[in-house]
Amino acid sequence: MGQTISEQILSHKAGQNVKPGEFVVIEPDVVMSHDSLTPSIIKILKEELAASIKYPERLVFVFDHVSPASTVGTADLQNLVRRFAREQNIRLFDVGRGICHQVLVEEAIAFPGAVAVGADSHSTSYGAVGAFGTGMGSTDVALIWATGKTWLRVPETIRVNFNGQLPAHVDVKDMALKIGRILSISGANYMAVEYHGIDWMPLPGRQTLASMAVEMGAKVGIIPPTGNLPEHLQKPDWLYIDSNAHYRQVVNVELEDLCPQVSIPHSVDHVSDIQDVTGTHVDVVFLGTCTNGRHEDLAEAASLLKGKRIAPGIRMIITPASSREMSKAASDGTLSTLIEAGALITSPGCGMCMGRHNGTLGDGDVCLSTANRNFKGRMGAPTSQIYLASPGVAAATALRGVISDPREL
Amino acid sequence: MARIWKFGADVDTDQIVPGRYAPYMRPDADVADAAFIEARPDFAKYAQPGDIIVALENFGCGSSREYAVEALRRRKVGAIVAKSFARIFYRNAINLGIPLFEAPEVIDSVKDGDTASINLATGEFTADGRVFEMPAMPGFAREIVNAGGVVAYVRQNGRFPGEQV
Ligand code: SF4
Repeated sequence: MGQTISEQILSHKAGQNVKPGEFVVIEPDVVMSHDSLTPSIIKILKEELAASIKYPERLVFVFDHVSPASTVGTADLQNLVRRFAREQNIRLFDVGRGICHQVLVEEAIAFPGAVAVGADSHSTSYGAVGAFGTGMGSTDVALIWATGKTWLRVPETIRVNFNGQLPAHVDVKDMALKIGRILSISGANYMAVEYHGIDWMPLPGRQTLASMAVEMGAKVGIIPPTGNLPEHLQKPDWLYIDSNAHYRQVVNVELEDLCPQVSIPHSVDHVSDIQDVTGTHVDVVFLGTCTNGRHEDLAEAASLLKGKRIAPGIRMIITPASSREMSKAASDGTLSTLIEAGALITSPGCGMCMGRHNGTLGDGDVCLSTANRNFKGRMGAPTSQIYLASPGVAAATALRGVISDPREL
Repeated sequence: MARIWKFGADVDTDQIVPGRYAPYMRPDADVADAAFIEARPDFAKYAQPGDIIVALENFGCGSSREYAVEALRRRKVGAIVAKSFARIFYRNAINLGIPLFEAPEVIDSVKDGDTASINLATGEFTADGRVFEMPAMPGFAREIVNAGGVVAYVRQNGRFPGEQV
């Protein structure tokens, strides 16, 4: 019987053919952790496991969640991790370099066919380069540090077929929200989601899609590494699209019929067509995150904001996903267009995505965000509200001061 | 006797412990105090060791933050019974040794505030005087929970459950 991409990767790693539902013990190629959880993993390694690190070269640390530090406590814990990384010879990308998931793709640390585990739920993002990327908790990661290994249940796969082409100002983000709407917040629980029909899509869009797979509960969200990708991200010889693969469910989406989608508070699968929410009052517009903080996202917003000013009373906060993406946006004038329009640019990283710094929401604030998650209180006060949408909708909303359709500008 | 704290569907980890209450943000505080601090302040105040959490579908969705589970472990939650669990939460809870039961047919028959007890070995769930049979945890999960969590399991056995060595 044929195999899905995830089944092939896990078979390759396990050295034997694996089937969905089976438990396998494998050695991940990459183990990522960020500033928020690395201190707790170090603690488990030292105090509970009393172990050393088996393969330091497979580990990578990225400082992005509170970056740069906002309190004495976060500064001290970051210093602790810096010292640990120096002692143990572990790669560390310090404050300002960018969001972990973006950095691992930029640095080609996550690669096609790899198993990349992260102490972060959006580690599904590595599916953008055809890696089996999945999130785990601190104890699982500490055990990988100590033993080099982890256990996994081989997931069933849901296949998503995208057909046709996107209309103007309809975005990959709308594709991601539409899938959330179809599958629901738990529709891919314990499963892999495999996306097809998007060989035309460049890497940044693939990152948007893969990052949001976890919002349906998926273990991985994977795009076959073929088509419009740089040379170093093309598929390894042993990986192929198997026409005999068995899928648990197949979902078809016609892109011509898609319009801008908006996820309404407080659940990512409460998705509406934009016309049902246009005119909704907004206080803050946030453009950033591992889902939509890249140069293409900033450029899309800049193209709509060029020569204009954002609406009075709106705060527009832009947090580039990485130093490299920020530098691209600086050199082609995107950043100055956004600044002249009245936006605030922060240092690269997660920014206000989880409500800890760089624009934490206050009581009753309404935010339209390009992030991936709108749980109650995620960005600050439990009384605040988060709408999720594309960079184009974010720019249109900043201009008008209410949720707006970029196609009508 | 323990009591039941009943929750709805899709309880996310931001509700269990908001990101702003992470140990990273409050290194001197006990994360146990932050369990449901905003979503269910009465739980935060009054939950007792051994109490049972009952929930509808997809309990624990969202972030990978193990400190959400750690907060419940430190509150000594006796078991979590739900129609279904989110993946990373399920894994984290097993790893930290919290018994989990996926028992969709029981959930609608019990209510918040019921006095209850669970026999972890048999899966017998007694709530408000009525007795329900729950499906047991899958073998590997039961082995880990019985060992007191995955760290204890690996230290005792020198391998993961099911691993060939
Ligand atoms: S940008 Fe947001 S979703 Fe992405 S890794 Fe950072 S906190 Fe998580």
